[in-house]
Amino acid sequence: MAKAQLTVGMTIDGFRLDERIHRGGMADIWRVSRNDIDFPTVMKVPLLDFEGDISLIVGFEVEQMIMAELKGPHVPRWVANGDFAVQPHIVMEHITGPTLLKSLGQILPIDAIVSIGAEVAAALSDLHQQDVLHLDLKPANIIFRPSGAAALIDFGLSRHKHLPDLLEEQFHRPVGTTEYMAPEQLFRVRSDKRSDIYALGAILYQFATGRLPFGVPARMRKVRRRIWRDPIPPRALRPDIPPGLQEIILKCLEPLPDARYAHADDLMFDLRHPDLVVLTERAERIQQSDFRTTLARRLRAAMTMREIVASATRSPPRAPIILVAVSLRPGLDEVRHALLDASASVLANMPGARLACVSVMPTSLIAIDENVDAAGDNIHVQRLVELRKWARPLQLPRGKITYHLLESRNVAGAILDFARSNKVNHIIIGASTTGGASAKVSARITAEAPCTVTVVRAANETDRPDEVQLTAPGGNQILSP
Amino acid sequence: MLIALLADIHGNREALTACLADAQRAGADRYVFLGDLVGYGADPVWVVDRVAEMVEAGAVAVLGNHDAAVLSPSETMNDAANRAIAWTRTRLKDAHRSFLAQLPLTAEEGDQLYVHASASAPDTWIYVLGPREAFQSFRATRQRLTFCGHTHFPALFNESALTLPQHHVPADGKPIPLLGQRRWLAVLGAVGQPRDNNPAACYGLFDDARNRLTYVRVPYDAELAARKIRKAGLPDFLASRLTMGI
Repeated sequence: MAKAQLTVGMTIDGFRLDERIHRGGMADIWRVSRNDIDFPTVMKVPLLDFEGDISLIVGFEVEQMIMAELKGPHVPRWVANGDFAVQPHIVMEHITGPTLLKSLGQILPIDAIVSIGAEVAAALSDLHQQDVLHLDLKPANIIFRPSGAAALIDFGLSRHKHLPDLLEEQFHRPVGTTEYMAPEQLFRVRSDKRSDIYALGAILYQFATGRLPFGVPARMRKVRRRIWRDPIPPRALRPDIPPGLQEIILKCLEPLPDARYAHADDLMFDLRHPDLVVLTERAERIQQSDFRTTLARRLRAAMTMREIVASATRSPPRAPIILVAVSLRPGLDEVRHALLDASASVLANMPGARLACVSVMPTSLIAIDENVDAAGDNIHVQRLVELRKWARPLQLPRGKITYHLLESRNVAGAILDFARSNKVNHIIIGASTTGGASAKVSARITAEAPCTVTVVRAANETDRPDEVQLTAPGGNQILSP
Repeated sequence: MLIALLADIHGNREALTACLADAQRAGADRYVFLGDLVGYGADPVWVVDRVAEMVEAGAVAVLGNHDAAVLSPSETMNDAANRAIAWTRTRLKDAHRSFLAQLPLTAEEGDQLYVHASASAPDTWIYVLGPREAFQSFRATRQRLTFCGHTHFPALFNESALTLPQHHVPADGKPIPLLGQRRWLAVLGAVGQPRDNNPAACYGLFDDARNRLTYVRVPYDAELAARKIRKAGLPDFLASRLTMGI
């Protein structure tokens, strides 16, 4: 499959080669142009020869297949595939931002780690929504767009649920980058989206501590250690890591897929609200397990492996998030009571769901006070207390309920933003009792929400229906991920 | 060109009508019938007339084992199938028989081979159910794409240099790129008697310009088709299997 030397100015399938911008071990990247395409493009040209590893050829076929199916901001826009008989290549949008590889070796500030993690989790969620698992997530495969959104590249080891998996049949050893590889991938399980969550955990660990959770294992036997040996807790290496972030990272790195986040959206939610993370023993760890615990785990490793494979083949659905918008203005007790009833009944119908109690405070409320900070804080705490008091009758355990105060003059906009960025599945809001501005809020939310909306009326308004169910466009998609 | 691929119609008028309407809506501009127009179902005459009309207008059709059995009593089949064949014979006129008699066992067009069963011996009706049968079929043809039917189970195989062909069960309505450097064997499901626990009729749409194959499931009035089978006095389970997709 040796091809003619590619040079600047050559034309392949109508694309002019303008400049080679990357020379990799497995592929070259050329900046290319074609008159009818008005965005920057690159051509990925694999270095294929029969002496080489056949996995490179199959991997490139996989990438051609999968890239052509992918859409959205979290992947480069696909343009064309080149025929293997002539010149294999993939032409795609050129995303100019840096890959995360550039940041490797640095220990990043906590804020940066959390925001990188949330963006990558959002990208993974979008990819998983399109029935694709990346399965080789690592810093070199993550690019940030100028907008701040993460885009994933290099789908040579990926898996599309509805396309033939050319890699599965071809290889009888695990494929991927061992540093970030989930234990189930060691057993050639290629069907669990939680493998990508594990890899993201390893990346976050690396940026938080400057080292890889399991080092760079040279041999497969060493790779297997992650089944029984827990990584050094990040806070032992860097004390300023908040317990919430350690909880998140170590949860991603659990050997059993069932013990990790079930869905990239759940991980994204925790990264966007690190102070609301439910802390377990993981958050408090300051050292690796002791010798006896490790030995015991080592001895039952074979059994753990079977559990991992069994766990990996039954991916659970994501726990849905229900947002209830609670207005804390005085005189709305009846509406609040109705909201409570509605929340209870929606929760009863969505097993495993989490309730996010949201209240929006107009920023002006804070600003009018002379002592902005102190008074603002006071109002903040007071509102949170009221919100918790409101929710108490639901008797939801920790982890099933979260409280959020949003500060904005634009109530509907703030609630919609929250719903979108946290992939909320169901919104419950009170109907206006007075008409006017608050009627516009519920109308706008029902019109623009990315999910189902329940508008609740206080029981004493007898001439109107108690509850109106509306489904916004796109609601189905989110209700059945 | 968008090519509609229809296999194993088996005298099921309702299923064929639904698939043809769906293909037309999708913009199909060529039709290929992959054998077994008759047998099992209650509308062999209507189906043969319709297909003959479309062949007249340029469609391709190949012979299936049930079509062959109607013509010669020597074919061996299970009892219900034999009863259905015997009944079908009493319905068809000479014109229908001569249409079936002139159908070829295989047809080639561009990259594609059309055949009812395995390409390895088209007249012995081997079921391509798994990688081994697919391997034999790949060996028998140089065409890049083989489209066949006969098993009533939708499946897609791709040839591999190292191992036996890989068996993929296609999902409804998801286009699959048939990568140009590989050879592929597509077993279309059945239009008229699906057996994969999904009673919806199954056919394929192949876009030869974009090199993508989509397996399409089309719900149709299986109850009506089943009632007609019972009314014709054919074995009852031929009717009930339609509504269950078994």
